[in-house]
Amino acid sequence: MNKIFAFDNVCINGFASVVGKTEKAGPLSYCFDMCEEDEYFGKDTWEEAESEMVHRCINILLNKTGRAPDSLNLICGGDLLNQCVASSFGVKEWGVPYLGLYGACSTFGEAMLVGGGMVSGGFAKNALGFASSHFCSAEKQYRFPLEYGGQRTPTAQNTVTGCGAVLLEKGQGKIMLKDGLVGRIVDAGITDVNNMGAAMAKAAADTLRRYFALSGKSPSDFDIIATGDLGREGYELCCELLGDAYEKIKDRYTDCGMMIFDMEGQDVHSGGSGCGCSASVTAGYFLPRLKKGELKRVLLVPTGALMNPTTVFQGQSIAGIAHAICFERQG
Amino acid sequence: MNDSYKKYVEDRAKRSPCFVNTLKALCVGGLICCVGKAITELYTFMGAELKNAQTLSTVTLVFIAGLLTGIGWFSAMGKFSGAGTLVPITGFANAIASPAIENKTEGLIYGTCAKMFVIAGPVIVFGTLASSLYGVIYYVVEKVM
Amino acid sequence: MFIEYLKVFLVGGIICAIAQVLIDKTAMTGARILVSFVVAGVVLTGIGVYQRLVDFASAGATVPIVGFGYTLATATKEAVDKEGLLGALTGGLTGTAAGITAAVVFAFIWSLVFKSKQK
Repeated sequence: MNKIFAFDNVCINGFASVVGKTEKAGPLSYCFDMCEEDEYFGKDTWEEAESEMVHRCINILLNKTGRAPDSLNLICGGDLLNQCVASSFGVKEWGVPYLGLYGACSTFGEAMLVGGGMVSGGFAKNALGFASSHFCSAEKQYRFPLEYGGQRTPTAQNTVTGCGAVLLEKGQGKIMLKDGLVGRIVDAGITDVNNMGAAMAKAAADTLRRYFALSGKSPSDFDIIATGDLGREGYELCCELLGDAYEKIKDRYTDCGMMIFDMEGQDVHSGGSGCGCSASVTAGYFLPRLKKGELKRVLLVPTGALMNPTTVFQGQSIAGIAHAICFERQG
Repeated sequence: MNDSYKKYVEDRAKRSPCFVNTLKALCVGGLICCVGKAITELYTFMGAELKNAQTLSTVTLVFIAGLLTGIGWFSAMGKFSGAGTLVPITGFANAIASPAIENKTEGLIYGTCAKMFVIAGPVIVFGTLASSLYGVIYYVVEKVM
Repeated sequence: MFIEYLKVFLVGGIICAIAQVLIDKTAMTGARILVSFVVAGVVLTGIGVYQRLVDFASAGATVPIVGFGYTLATATKEAVDKEGLLGALTGGLTGTAAGITAAVVFAFIWSLVFKSKQK
């Protein structure tokens, strides 16, 4: 189905972001609600640390909006860990209806589409969408132990420790979740795990083209068009893949993976990655600026690389996916 | 279509700075070997036989590498020197100690011990296979023929 | 004295440098390098080349993981000389027992002492 999801009266009534210490050292540190220096978040394991981060992020959102957990109709979100445990363990104590999502690093987009659809369709009065990733739990699951002394290539990316949560509600508000497009899986045949940007760039370009073709909007309608976590390598590839269309978007196109870190000063190779990258940048940077009126319209394209360590060892290629979400300032 | 994209991506990807990396690997690797020799000489000076001193030197390097792994310095050194710390016996020790430390959260049995050989296991397996095969060939060539 | 150490430094350093070039220029990962180097150590010792390098550079040839292959092979050879074919099974790990055991024992101890951290 090639169709834009136009959400009916879905507004954003709250957002919160929590990040870790590497992100704190980055250029966006001032805009997050919490920067935790302790990579364990006061817990004993990386997995618990990530759940604690999710828990804190949602708690901050509830406090900021003055709500109790039981006022939530639905929580939907996900992370990168096996069987999505960081998310489900992080939200379990509240007893709120929950949908665990997995879309690799594009999960935040998936959460907005699912949550927005539920609210728009009247199945829920409100829905909290979130996504999280943690550098240490991701390294442990996907790569090498943290203490292992290896080198990484310049195209490799650095998983963001971060969580972003957004409260979607039926009605009118300053920021509206306007519309969105569900991405298609695009397998570009990339097998190098240290070049996820290249694996996702084709999907991002595909979604951007489709979004503009189907929505009838033009890039100039947006103040910022941001892909999720292509990193520098994927960003440059995506620009090339857009061809002639690149000219129209170049002055407003950026990538959350390049925004969250200081690409020159921090040792992050090609930039940030992980579900928490687009989620925390959106909840910490785009949404507050939309709320203040500094931005009018933002197109977010969270990108995901679909694979796991087993498929990589089996030599299967890494497919990419990208969703598109349009946030709009009202009034 | 995908093949040409894949090739294009591989060609455009920035490579690691090979010359600088190699120079660093050479210097650090060479230094570690010198430390190994110095330790051997220390043990012979203390009265050990050369063969035992060499073995003790290996054990000492393994001990130091594990300690540096634990306090978190080894990964920083490995990032700097690459093969310079990976290829000497220190890399072998790090490959065993690092998953043991990281996975201890899953307990002694399923964590520390089960994951200990995740990276270094293949080295032992292939080394043992190769030496057994060599033993058989050597036996056939020297004793039978 | 100085010349001895220079030999150790150069031979050990060059072995590491070869590995670094392989990592950077080919798709070989660290684990593949280590496996190949150990097997190379066994083969080079088997054909008699590596012993000369060890005589020349001592620790420069024995400390790199190739030296692990060298120890495996020389110990296997000695065991086959003594015990016949059974030596092919007993020799290798006997010769490298100290290194492997030390790595296991110390790794276990360090895992009790230290906790994983982010740099």
